[in-house]
Amino acid sequence: MTTQTFLHERDRSRQAFLSRSTLLTSLVLIVGMLVVLVLNALPESSAWHVSNATVSLLGKYFTYMLLALAVDLIWGYLGILSLGHGAFFALGGYAMGLYLNAQTSPLPGWQSIMTYFPVAALAVLLAPGLLALVFGWLAFRSRVTGVYFSIITQALTFALMLAFNRNEMGMGGSTGLTRFYELLGFSLASEGMTVALFVASGMAVLLAFWLCQAITVSRLGRVSVATRDAEARVRFIGYRVDHVKLALFVVSAMIAGVAGALYVPQVGIINPSTFAPLFSIEVVVWVALGGRATLYGALLGALVVNYLKTVLTGVMPDAWLFILGGLFVLVTMLLPQGIAGVISTWRGKRRDGEKQDRQEVSA
Amino acid sequence: MSVIDSTRFDRLREFARPDRVFDFMAPAQSPVDVRHGPILYLEDVSVSFDGFQAINRLNLTIDDGELRCIIGPNGAGKTTMMDIITGKTRPDHGQVWFGSRHNLLTLDEPQIANLGIGRKFQKPTVFEALDVTENLELAMAGERRVWKTLLARLDHEGQARIDEVLETIGLSGERYRLAGVLSHGQKQWLEIGMLLMQRPRLLLVDEPVAGMTEPEMHRTAALLTRLAGQQSVVVVEHDMGFVRSIARQVTVLHQGSVLAEGTMDDVSSDPRVVEVYLGGDEEAA
Ligand SMILES: Nc1ncnc2c1ncn2[C@@H]1O[C@H](COP(=O)(O)OP(=O)(O)OP(=O)(O)O)[C@@H](O)[C@H]1O
Ligand SMILES: [Mg+2]
Repeated sequence: MTTQTFLHERDRSRQAFLSRSTLLTSLVLIVGMLVVLVLNALPESSAWHVSNATVSLLGKYFTYMLLALAVDLIWGYLGILSLGHGAFFALGGYAMGLYLNAQTSPLPGWQSIMTYFPVAALAVLLAPGLLALVFGWLAFRSRVTGVYFSIITQALTFALMLAFNRNEMGMGGSTGLTRFYELLGFSLASEGMTVALFVASGMAVLLAFWLCQAITVSRLGRVSVATRDAEARVRFIGYRVDHVKLALFVVSAMIAGVAGALYVPQVGIINPSTFAPLFSIEVVVWVALGGRATLYGALLGALVVNYLKTVLTGVMPDAWLFILGGLFVLVTMLLPQGIAGVISTWRGKRRDGEKQDRQEVSA
Repeated sequence: MSVIDSTRFDRLREFARPDRVFDFMAPAQSPVDVRHGPILYLEDVSVSFDGFQAINRLNLTIDDGELRCIIGPNGAGKTTMMDIITGKTRPDHGQVWFGSRHNLLTLDEPQIANLGIGRKFQKPTVFEALDVTENLELAMAGERRVWKTLLARLDHEGQARIDEVLETIGLSGERYRLAGVLSHGQKQWLEIGMLLMQRPRLLLVDEPVAGMTEPEMHRTAALLTRLAGQQSVVVVEHDMGFVRSIARQVTVLHQGSVLAEGTMDDVSSDPRVVEVYLGGDEEAA
């Protein structure tokens, strides 16, 4: 059932925190970021110059990659399919949006506390974290699992979309929050800010990747994989499955919140459409395409699909949903492990080949 | 090569000594109170599924250190009884006590497991995406809280216990294989190994030898008999030869309640038992 089954052995080297895939993924992220920065610094006349608009676009991709990591942590490793993770992303985004608004004109009522960056930063973590805590506590305690859980997460994000659409919420109604000018005293329109947000998003991806890697290689990570595959058995050896799920769900929601907070200043707007059920489903498709239960797969999936989206919506704006749906169907049928599955099969074959070569030599 | 083989052989011989009791098999600390009576006590337990009476006024007492075999035709309610003891199924009425202090009907599965009741499922359930060692590691008695689990490291003591259990269940050579690719018999052994890692006070073992070869069956019999004494063991099994080889006390379940109880000879000569169960089975065997 796993990609490694044909090897019949679990690749032990991948269990260490500093595994080859961790190092490789980190390296690719860091080098990729540096390359973009260098190319951005080239004079505009150069053929290699990368424009600020592109840097900003890549920064947005980073926030999507962060969101994909959050979904993969609970879907790939714990078997919880959340179709409402856009809600946590949006909450982080709204927290940041309030802070940005407060920089130009004072906010009414309780919202005035969002003027202060540390408060806003805390809200970015706490708003999604608390929602996940309450929602998860109710769901996991009453053992809502599988497709039922997925459906209520859709309902959750849909309900929030309706709520945030109302002007009475004080969140800008259907227009959402916009008119952002300053972040930490610096102009958002400045070139330095574009680069800074890009770097911040890239660093956030790197840190979240390390965090998720640390969790998945720990014993808790093995308990969660065990829960994904045989939940009842895990209970009978004495683990509190509901607590494991709750803990990872909250961590995942917070990562999504940070992603949303980094997304908003780069895109310049946050509105209720981020709560739309369809967006959350899209996120799941990224992870499925990239390959669930591998962290680099989630990162890759988010990047590839969103790049395709940028390119294709330019060419044929109406076809995107059909293309996405078609891709999803194709991948689930042909590559159930996604892009990462193809890579690991290829690597496994190569490793087996090497082994065979060695045996032939020694024979 | 030969060095490894001979040490392994010594270990096996060592292991076969009936008087030897291994530390790693000894139960972990359990708060169960058995000073004034049995370790497990079921009284007047009934449960029905959509009107079908699966367990019907069942009474059962297991003494501390006892090895008890439970037999009965398909659908007699044997697995359902284990579901009730381990908190998976709540009975409609009746009492279930672990020692004199713990009312199992007020506890859930992890709580019951952590009190020291371990269970092997009828259909072997191991964590297929994890390797053999990891399966044992997760089952190892110890800290179960989320934060502690996140920080847990396998120490030397733990590793040594895993090695010992691997030796016992004959899977030392498969330690890094995925549990999902093991044979049916090996999965059975792995699940028994997970039980040993838990070091429970009471083991509930549902059809342990299904899918095992004759020699494997003998090893299982030897293991279960050796466990009894320090631990209490309840074995559900269909294989009469196996039951005969380990049984001291046998309980016959039929239509959700106890039909007969006694030694293997007692129950196998009971005409009611012969009628509902043994007769057909012996012929088939
Ligand atoms: N969750 C359930 N819902 C409905 N019926 C059930 C449920 N669990 C068990 N039963 C029924 O209860 C009866 C007893 O089942 P149980 O599995 O306890 O039998 P058993 O003695 O273990 O049989 P076997 O030897 O086949 O394992 C069966 O008729 C079964 O169909
Ligand atoms: Mg059964």
